[in-house]
Amino acid sequence: MILIYCELAENGHVADVSLELCTKGRSLANELGTQLAALVCGNGIADIEKQLYPFGVDKVFKADDRRLSPYRTLPHFAVLSKVIEENRPDIVLMGATCVGRDLAPRISSYLRCGLTADCTSLEIGSYEDKVTKKQYDKILYQIRPAFGGNIIATIVNPETRPQMATVREGVMKKEVVDANYKGTVTSLDANKYLRGEDECVKIIAREIEQQKINIKNSSIIVSGGYGMGSKENFEMLHQLAQALGGEVGATRAAVDAGFAEGDRQIGQTGVTVRPKLYIACGISGAVQHRAGMDQSGKIISINTDPEAPINAIADYTIIGDVCKVVPQLIACYNKNKK
Amino acid sequence: MYKIVVLIKQVPDTQNVGPDAMNADGTVNRQALPAIFNPEDLKALEMALQVKEQNPGTEITVLTMGPDRAAAIIRDSLSRGADKGVIISDMRFAGSDTLATSYALACAIKKIGHYDMVFGGRQAIDGDTAQVGPQVAEKLNLPQITYAEKLVSLKGDTITLTRRLDNGVETVEATLPVLVTVTASADDCRYPHAHRLLKYAKAAPEIWNADAIDPEMERLGLKGSPTKVKKIDNVVLAHKDAQQVEPTEAALNELVAGLMKDHIIG
Repeated sequence: MILIYCELAENGHVADVSLELCTKGRSLANELGTQLAALVCGNGIADIEKQLYPFGVDKVFKADDRRLSPYRTLPHFAVLSKVIEENRPDIVLMGATCVGRDLAPRISSYLRCGLTADCTSLEIGSYEDKVTKKQYDKILYQIRPAFGGNIIATIVNPETRPQMATVREGVMKKEVVDANYKGTVTSLDANKYLRGEDECVKIIAREIEQQKINIKNSSIIVSGGYGMGSKENFEMLHQLAQALGGEVGATRAAVDAGFAEGDRQIGQTGVTVRPKLYIACGISGAVQHRAGMDQSGKIISINTDPEAPINAIADYTIIGDVCKVVPQLIACYNKNKK
Repeated sequence: MYKIVVLIKQVPDTQNVGPDAMNADGTVNRQALPAIFNPEDLKALEMALQVKEQNPGTEITVLTMGPDRAAAIIRDSLSRGADKGVIISDMRFAGSDTLATSYALACAIKKIGHYDMVFGGRQAIDGDTAQVGPQVAEKLNLPQITYAEKLVSLKGDTITLTRRLDNGVETVEATLPVLVTVTASADDCRYPHAHRLLKYAKAAPEIWNADAIDPEMERLGLKGSPTKVKKIDNVVLAHKDAQQVEPTEAALNELVAGLMKDHIIG
């Protein structure tokens, strides 16, 4: 069994990242010839399974109790750890969100099993332990950039189960497999799972901020890196984005340098995007950044360095000074629009 | 007054990777990377120092797992106001993944003994996993408060903190003892005191080996690490046939007009 721990968005729907994992989970389950299961913990989630079936979920576990919403670590830990112990899934996948990155390591510690954070790809394959010569078949390859993005590591958990991984939103594609897919639902009695001491952390206030920046759903992204040089120079990317009707993205280096807000960060530890057009300005193209944008339709790179790694995945490269090229692009666009 | 353990880590500065950071065979050339105090761990130390400031007599112990040269971040912590520092260092810890690391740290915290709070950075910049904090919490059977941004209050055994989340801010209250991981938007750490800098310039922290923390040996290092690296690939770029566009008005104009014709931009 492959189990997806599903998160709920503020509107009570299953979060996109969880549906993306269901889609990936379905294809992995087909490859392994096993079932896909999903766990939802929340409050007032009567028909939640109907949102999950179309993604090919065979078995929905749900725990519906006021103590399970909003999310708190210990009540969700109590339910998820027991569901894993009772059903022994081979693979457990979770979103690499504030929730998943809080819950998954606690589960992995409790079950003493391996966990890989922020995977950019998941595959099934075999593994031979070089020391024991033991052969393992059909195990999960958890693939992620590592060490400053200079390498791509394939991680396996040969001996321990479940094999656990977290994946960021947008990395996997969300796809309905069959609108009429039918699974089964198991309602869990929360009282059997939750203990009094799980209540020891209390939420006394929550301020949910409307997301002001929506780069994920933008079809055109103008993105800047450390090579933009300053916050002032970054401003011209906003002008270009505004002209084209797009959004502004940034690399981690640009965010760390204070050129752009953290919400704009694209890459392995930021948002993953697939716009129609991605204009990379002053971005060298570390692998963590590319992991967040290499599925873009068309990529234009503007950089003074002809050897910048970003150029290797670009459709168009403009070797030149961004501060000159960007205003020229705005002028060209305005001229052609007329 | 409280007893606090702050988990810290010395990390290679992956944000400033030079051309010699990788060996020809694709392994990491650690010698070429400057070692720094993991940024979020410094913020965790600051939160502990704020508790100490408001509650004189509070004792802060910084704890790290690493080679002996990690003494540099212990001395740095002492000069900023920590009271004690411990390094756990042993070849038997080599090859630890987050699970084995958290186990060793949890054993060391148990040896330290009394603690009301354990603080640590949300994640370290060399791995970005954010796993060790929650794993240590589970092993010590402590509730965890992750992504902490501000210490709102600490009265008796009740701590109130704000947490910075994907979509907002949450204020939570918990009863001590707790483990708290501190996020990047928390307060920056105060600077070292000049007199403490001098005082601790040559301080030698306590170094504990594996035997000192009384672990189950098979849970340490490579043996205690369920995750194995199957392979490491150098980043090989599959070259697309990029079309080079000269930064001239005519060429850029042609590019923009083409994109508009293809309805990529409207």
